Amino acid sequence: MRRFATERAKKLISSYYHPHQRSLLSSSRYSSRFFTSVVPDPSAMSPPVTVDTINPKVLKCEYAVRGEIVTQAQNLQQELQAKPGSHPFDEILYCNIGNPQSLGQQPITFFREVLALCDHPSILDRSETQGLFSADSVQRAWQILDLIPGRATGAYSHSQGVKGLRDHIAAGIEARDGFPANPNDIFLTDGASPAVHMMMQLLIRSENDGILCPIPQYPLYSASIALHGGALVPYYLDEAKGWGLEISELQKQLKEAKSKGITVRALVVINPGNPTGQVLAEDNQRAIVEFCKKENLVLLADEVYQENIYVDEKKFHSFKKVSRFMGYGEDDIALVSFQSVSKGYYGECGKRGGYMEVTGFSADVREQIYKVASVNLCSNISGQILASLVMNPPKVGDESYESYIAEKDGILSSLARRAKTLEDAFNSLEGVTCNKAEGAMYLFPRIHLPQKAIEAAKALKKAPDALYASRLLEATGIVVVPGSGFGQVPGTWHFRCTILPQEDKIPAVVSRLTAFHEAFMGEFRD
Amino acid sequence: MSMGLEYETLNENVKKVQYAVRGELYLRASELQKEGKKIIFTNVGNPHALGQKPLTFPRQVVALCQAPFLLDDPNVELLFPADAIARAKHYLSLTSGGLGAYSDSRGLPGIRKEIAEFIGRRDGYPSDPELIFLTDGASKGVMQILNATIRGESDGILVPVPQYPLYSATISLCGGSLVPYYLEETANWGLDVNQLRQSVSKARSNGITIRAMVIINPGNPTGQCLSEANIREILHFCYQEKLVLLGDEVYQQNIYQDARPFLSARKTLLDMGPPMSQAVQLVSFHTVSKGYWGECGQRGGYFEMTNIPPKVVDEIYKVASISLSPNVPGQIFLGLMVNPPKPGDISYLKFERESKAILDSLRRRAHIMTDGFNSCRNVVCNFTEGAMYSFPQIRLPPKAIEAAKRVGKVPDVFYCLKLLEATGISTVPGSGFGQKEGVFHLRTTILPAEEDMPAIMESFKKFNDEFMEQYEDHRGYSRM
Repeated sequence: MRRFATERAKKLISSYYHPHQRSLLSSSRYSSRFFTSVVPDPSAMSPPVTVDTINPKVLKCEYAVRGEIVTQAQNLQQELQAKPGSHPFDEILYCNIGNPQSLGQQPITFFREVLALCDHPSILDRSETQGLFSADSVQRAWQILDLIPGRATGAYSHSQGVKGLRDHIAAGIEARDGFPANPNDIFLTDGASPAVHMMMQLLIRSENDGILCPIPQYPLYSASIALHGGALVPYYLDEAKGWGLEISELQKQLKEAKSKGITVRALVVINPGNPTGQVLAEDNQRAIVEFCKKENLVLLADEVYQENIYVDEKKFHSFKKVSRFMGYGEDDIALVSFQSVSKGYYGECGKRGGYMEVTGFSADVREQIYKVASVNLCSNISGQILASLVMNPPKVGDESYESYIAEKDGILSSLARRAKTLEDAFNSLEGVTCNKAEGAMYLFPRIHLPQKAIEAAKALKKAPDALYASRLLEATGIVVVPGSGFGQVPGTWHFRCTILPQEDKIPAVVSRLTAFHEAFMGEFRD
Repeated sequence: MSMGLEYETLNENVKKVQYAVRGELYLRASELQKEGKKIIFTNVGNPHALGQKPLTFPRQVVALCQAPFLLDDPNVELLFPADAIARAKHYLSLTSGGLGAYSDSRGLPGIRKEIAEFIGRRDGYPSDPELIFLTDGASKGVMQILNATIRGESDGILVPVPQYPLYSATISLCGGSLVPYYLEETANWGLDVNQLRQSVSKARSNGITIRAMVIINPGNPTGQCLSEANIREILHFCYQEKLVLLGDEVYQQNIYQDARPFLSARKTLLDMGPPMSQAVQLVSFHTVSKGYWGECGQRGGYFEMTNIPPKVVDEIYKVASISLSPNVPGQIFLGLMVNPPKPGDISYLKFERESKAILDSLRRRAHIMTDGFNSCRNVVCNFTEGAMYSFPQIRLPPKAIEAAKRVGKVPDVFYCLKLLEATGISTVPGSGFGQKEGVFHLRTTILPAEEDMPAIMESFKKFNDEFMEQYEDHRGYSRM
């Protein structure tokens, strides 16, 4: 159903090196007024909207996480249903997407109790409700409903989100960081992704505006930059150094971009990293803040995995905290921090809850951000409520605290175990090296593919890692995303695999994957 | 010290955007509210904010879906009727992992199937679930389609004037051109195809390629319901001029007269048979925010594509996939909306009663408001045939217009601000929707509670008639 991502992703990443070689489609955007052959002739037979006449930025963007490999998987799934036993596996295991609850992770009970009560407040008065819901969930629901005018959860809220919920989120941020947060800096959105899109829309004026992005990156960034007509300026994370971020690399890429006439507007940092899973060291973060301040860049801090840390030696520090700790305030650095309800231990992807905290912008810029948010009126209320719960969970002493903390710790410790098990499994494979997943939800092993495999891929017009992923799927039912969907140093190959299958499935995943890999290497060994 | 992002270096398209619905009047009203003044917000179609209660059945179902552990508890039947329990189980079975998992980027297949079946029943023609995409509110769908269609500033979109400013705002954001076609107020906000042709040829002579035409049926802010003949004319026009028709049909349940029931653009198109039915490209939009549901806060909507080439559908899917999926609770609301309780279901009678009460009341309020405005000096108001708004024309005397100019305000903004300050009624000035030069309106909703309406209309009349008294010259209002 979808064309494959590699060639376009490569073009996208390399296009900033060769701005004059950018595709004809994107440069014709400015000349279409004169370039009449692009304009459909009303008397011609073809309909007004065809793939040749849609917005070229739409054609240019790619998103491999739900790309070709997923289509292949869905076809296989249908075949399995129609003809059980037709494949050497019983089920498709979707390890392509950070979607924990689709693989059996349970939601946090307290959160769901509160959400259910807020969805149907008329049962709050009923005595039977006390028997079905914990007392503190009932209390919290009342508290939340009192923040919403008329207790109307079906009404559009303020375009930044319900004020009282933003107050709670700001309090949660302050409790986390030790520095105050202003509820007026918070914009609640349908997941973190729309907030990222909003910022790209504000920042990108033309194809000469560049955004520094880590390579490998979560392809929301490359896709959003393409959709808004900007230039992705890559900075390479160092695989040999645990996917470390070097300031020298940032400086180098910034300088090169400038020399090509690109105005770099912002720096994207994903911490913990996706797909790479590294957690930044504090001194690294300070150097990043200094860099942005010096170079006048907006720092876009994607912190959606802030609650997914699996190693004792690392801790999450928000960029807001780091900046404030350095003595930098509103007048010193422009920082946008993104958080989501989709990840962490709550994994509530389907709710579409999230926010951005916007600091260091002038009032007139903030007005524009508000204006753009207002066109969509507001984000879904249930997601807003959930964001406030995530930033303000049960505390010691609350009735639900014990069960809450047991659920949370259970999920996080299990994720840590799975991260380790799969990391070790990948490292045990011939020609595969895998950095530790210090955080997030993914492993990003590097596969050193034999030349024969690379040539076989070329013959099929596929990227080598796409061939590997496709064969893996055919043999085992396991769906991973080829590394080319995220970007990688040219000539290196990876794939991203989530750590999310339930623990009892992990041994089978490991053994099937191992068997496949051995067979694959056997087939293609030089 | 300059930092990353400054007003001067913002994307120009963002700066061009206007969205009056939550603009100056709303912000001023919010300020006054903070100061303790009682405000009646009639600036946005937000029924629950004005006291309309949610329908019981959908809230029962979604609450159970949120907390599936309730379904294991034998006491759940004390709080929830059996059909709500069954329906919750049904929707949970359509998901893979419950409400907390990303669904298919187009929305859960099971719910898209329910929507297709609804469309089939409504129109008498089968609909393909694969061509139905669920979105976080219809607005997101409109943005996606317009973004796919607009390539640059020489791509024009035909938009009715007055229009719901989502369209003008989105066209600005996408860097395209809005090509207005004026609805005729004296002909009940009717659409004149000759007007359309004129707008198109003027735009084309300026080098604009017209790509699409937007119709809002029932209209917003104008409320008119299109006749079958009108829709056919529009479809012919799109066929001849090679335009995609964008049919905003979010108010299809809000019909307050019987002469022109709702007729979908799709049904009309398919009734016309080939070649038109196979050639005209159409995207139709619907939502849970309006109708008698009014569930704005859920952000549930969908669009249905007709005659859109598969490769384009693929591209639209690709863009949808970047945002992963629409929110699942909103999807379930959509499923419930198109598949409400049926006669014989335990919850049917209550559901029917609740729905009918809302719709009957809306119809009455449409009349109360129209008549109320028409009883005011220098105010003329077309009847609200559908949707949720009243859009009276305010014939401002020249002195009022001068007074507005003196304080640097657009005349209808000036009037609406004075109205707000005097009565607490927060409306949206007509300039936010577009209107003919020198003709002024305001948009209000018909949503304040029925029992509050008489007092509100009285309060308005008092303000208006005093305003007119103050600003008319002694010869009375002279037509411009």
